[in-house]
Amino acid sequence: MFKSAMIGLLSMFAVLMLPQAAQAEYADVVINNYADAAGMRPVVFPHWYHRIRFRCKVCHADLGFKFKAGGNKITMANIIDGKFCGACHNGEISWSVENCGMCHSGVPGMPTQIHGSTVQRLVAPTYKSLDKPAK
Amino acid sequence: MKIKHFFLSVLAMTVLLAVGFNAQAAQAPLKEVKSAKGNVSGANVFNRLLKKDTQRNAAPAEDGIHDPANDGTHVLQPPLIAYDGLPTSEFGNYVDWVKSLDDGLLKPRYDLFDPTVEPLVMDLDIVREVKASMPDVVFPHKPHTQWLHCSNCHPKIFIPQRKANVMSMSAILLGQKCGVCHGKVSFPVTTASCTKCHSKPKAADWKPPKSEASLQNPWR
Repeated sequence: MFKSAMIGLLSMFAVLMLPQAAQAEYADVVINNYADAAGMRPVVFPHWYHRIRFRCKVCHADLGFKFKAGGNKITMANIIDGKFCGACHNGEISWSVENCGMCHSGVPGMPTQIHGSTVQRLVAPTYKSLDKPAK
Repeated sequence: MKIKHFFLSVLAMTVLLAVGFNAQAAQAPLKEVKSAKGNVSGANVFNRLLKKDTQRNAAPAEDGIHDPANDGTHVLQPPLIAYDGLPTSEFGNYVDWVKSLDDGLLKPRYDLFDPTVEPLVMDLDIVREVKASMPDVVFPHKPHTQWLHCSNCHPKIFIPQRKANVMSMSAILLGQKCGVCHGKVSFPVTTASCTKCHSKPKAADWKPPKSEASLQNPWR
């Protein structure tokens, strides 16, 4: 009796531990070029939030973001210099760099990816950035 | 016998509990979506591995990629609050971004600092004939130039030369040409979105073209 109850309990935990399918927004980008190695959570960039405020051109033509997840070597030093995210995330247009957890909010260890992308759905497991982080 | 029954009941109960727990954790702020698939009996649901369209636009803490243990996650805006009142679509973010812009519901800036800068909109449709029986592709420059700058696509992604841009669905699905954006950020490549690009039906007398090999076949 006790044994079967234990098996039941164990099976309950097993079901709870199964990975839940991510329900994140289409085009949310996880950027984990350097974050994991630096002991930070990966960055989650929500395209939907930014496209309500700015057209693609502002970041992808003016600020020089390439159309490639993980293809932009974004570092905190770059951001503080006013490049990439730092063009707005400087405390004037949007929140500045001391709000670490608002950008570095991803599940630790998640690879660089565009959530819900065709490549992610067709080519499993999720692809990794071609550019290895510089040491 | 009794032990077996007890074991089975405990197992069933725990599975139900677990499912209920998971559903509860994710359900509260999410919108239930009614689809045609929802009305058929369980006997027709054959592929349990396909992602079901029951939960859309999850809040950051429940979406599976944000870490709920992080304080900053709970400060972020849930998408459904931002999408309120925007026209819907059947794929991607389930928001029709182009229509939202046309209807004036969105006013995204074209310049980082100057809100008065207007985009250089070019209204030019390019028709690309499709060899197979799919309707031909009409590429509208208008919605693209509303969001993007010419230099985003030309000359690197789309070479400004006739017949220089060879495209196929497999290339697009793997992220080349249109697939640099479509299938990642702009509307995705799904069975529901084929006709967004393949929008010009073939003429009534259209016949599939003959291949070079069959034209040069001496026994033809």
